[in-house]
Amino acid sequence: MSSFSVTEPSKRSKWFAGTMVIIYALVTMVPLAWIMLTGFKSPADAISYPPKVVFEPTLEGYVNLFTTRTRQTPEFLEANPPQTWYEEIVREYDMVIAGPSKFGERFLNSVIIGFGSTFLSIFLGTLAAYAFSRFKIPFADDLLFFILSTRMMPPIAVAIPIFLMYRQLGLSDTHLGMILLYTGVNISLAVWLLKGFIDEIPLEYEEAALIDGYTRFQAFYKVVLPQAATGIASTAIFCLIFAWNEYAFAVLLTSGTAQTAPPFIPTIIGVGGLDWPAVAAGATIFLLPVMIFTILLRKHLLRGITFGAVRK
Amino acid sequence: MPDTPATRAAQATPASVARKIKGLSDRAIAWIFVGPTIFLLLAINIFPLIWTIQLSFTNFKANRAGREIKNVGLRNYERILTDSDIWLNMQATAHFLFWTIFFQVLIGFTLAYLINKKFKGNDLWTTIIVLPMMLSPAVVGNFWKFLYQPQIGLFNYVVAFFSGKDPSSFEMLGSVQLAPWSIVIVDTWMWTPFVMLICLAGLRSIPDYIYEAAEVDRASKLRQFFTITIPMVLPFLMLAVLFRGIENFKMFDLVVQLTGGGPGSTTELTSINLKREAFEKWRTGYASAYAIILFVTVFGLASIYVKALNKVKER
Repeated sequence: MSSFSVTEPSKRSKWFAGTMVIIYALVTMVPLAWIMLTGFKSPADAISYPPKVVFEPTLEGYVNLFTTRTRQTPEFLEANPPQTWYEEIVREYDMVIAGPSKFGERFLNSVIIGFGSTFLSIFLGTLAAYAFSRFKIPFADDLLFFILSTRMMPPIAVAIPIFLMYRQLGLSDTHLGMILLYTGVNISLAVWLLKGFIDEIPLEYEEAALIDGYTRFQAFYKVVLPQAATGIASTAIFCLIFAWNEYAFAVLLTSGTAQTAPPFIPTIIGVGGLDWPAVAAGATIFLLPVMIFTILLRKHLLRGITFGAVRK
Repeated sequence: MPDTPATRAAQATPASVARKIKGLSDRAIAWIFVGPTIFLLLAINIFPLIWTIQLSFTNFKANRAGREIKNVGLRNYERILTDSDIWLNMQATAHFLFWTIFFQVLIGFTLAYLINKKFKGNDLWTTIIVLPMMLSPAVVGNFWKFLYQPQIGLFNYVVAFFSGKDPSSFEMLGSVQLAPWSIVIVDTWMWTPFVMLICLAGLRSIPDYIYEAAEVDRASKLRQFFTITIPMVLPFLMLAVLFRGIENFKMFDLVVQLTGGGPGSTTELTSINLKREAFEKWRTGYASAYAIILFVTVFGLASIYVKALNKVKER
């Protein structure tokens, strides 16, 4: 510990900075906290004025999110007493659960397409990144420029030819089509990030392995891959978050079978207007994994969001 | 290359021998490794771009695939560039771009500066602040719509509470004056952390000895801020602006969920307009020309900007 430093901020300025940042953090969290709270409100509490901070929590929003319900006659309700806790919640409105809603399916689509495209991007991306890092490949230096220019095209503009292409190939509204599309969008970023990580692994390790009689392939997966594991994991999380959050392609190219959650959540409709607690419950379930991943990723966050232009 | 036993050993063995000991040649491996990626990039990025350029010279309509496709030359381009409505969309986009970048730079830099004071627990709070930008913009837009509801929304309630107005007296999303600002607010909420993170990296890259030297020269703190901190962070800040500029120029998901381009077309950014032309009116050829114009615009502006950025970096 240095006893005195001119660059170390004074106690008072630290205290002031800390207070300001914490205030900002708390204010910026209010919308998120509000959505999570709303998920546990009854529809009446959700739209009350003034907005309720203290309320009686209920799982109604979550039940409504995952089920479809129908109104029933008093006789029917009398004859069939509720069996489960979720049936009981619905009974308060003289309804019975008719079946599962589409949310589960859409959420599963998000998982399949997200993980599928991430796996493919990482698999192809790691191979390409290794080649870009270790061998001389024409145009390798233009790669960053290429990534940036593909990102300049508005997604809607890309969607026009993709829409026509997929219609011809029968890939519209299929999991495979969406996985390929998201991989195509992610792969240049994945290659660039992974190249950065592989560049940092000293060449000597592989050379030593090659001298020991390893082939290039063996040197690649026995020496380079384990060294690049953290980099690969953080790149994977970036690809996953992109595919998970993507909306424009999903809303234009899918309508049913392969529709992901982002275009679906806003369409959740309750009886008599938007069912805000159910929408909030859906948003909470959907956003929570990303928040957890962000926390896991915090060390490499900067590199990912700037396409490797800024490394800490 | 550092001088280690491994390097020396590697240099002692001729590279060509090391390579041919076993397995495929390096050249073959390079192509096997890169091939699939190149193919995918061609299929998903390059081919669609070429097709869009080709379509932009035709009157093709995707919902009438059987119709004869006529070559119309530059007529699509001509019509877009002389359409006054499209200039309104451009203006809405410019308003959105300018103010989001303005607020994000202002707040983002201030936050980074404060976090760089290294108070206790700054890492934890940074992570918390960063959360909004990682979320799905469509879902964020959807729940901000709830916060903006005139009677029941939390945003209206809080504003009304502090201003003494009636919370149902103003509609953030429904009024022509307020709607363009409501999208600026949400985008700023979401993306300020992005600018903050990049500025923070910039601030942390300034070595302490520069400040120490300035201190020895008895430069005031204010002087240090303007002659050391600002110039050293500027390249980072400019990079953040570049990314935000590109992203917000093609903004779609967040705004479509919030306002859908309304009321009227006050928040109809170019991407939303493009979606209407391409997927509601199905004027595919026309929309393709529109897409190319947008792409060329961003590309041109970004290239000029990158040149300026490199100049600043060189200083």
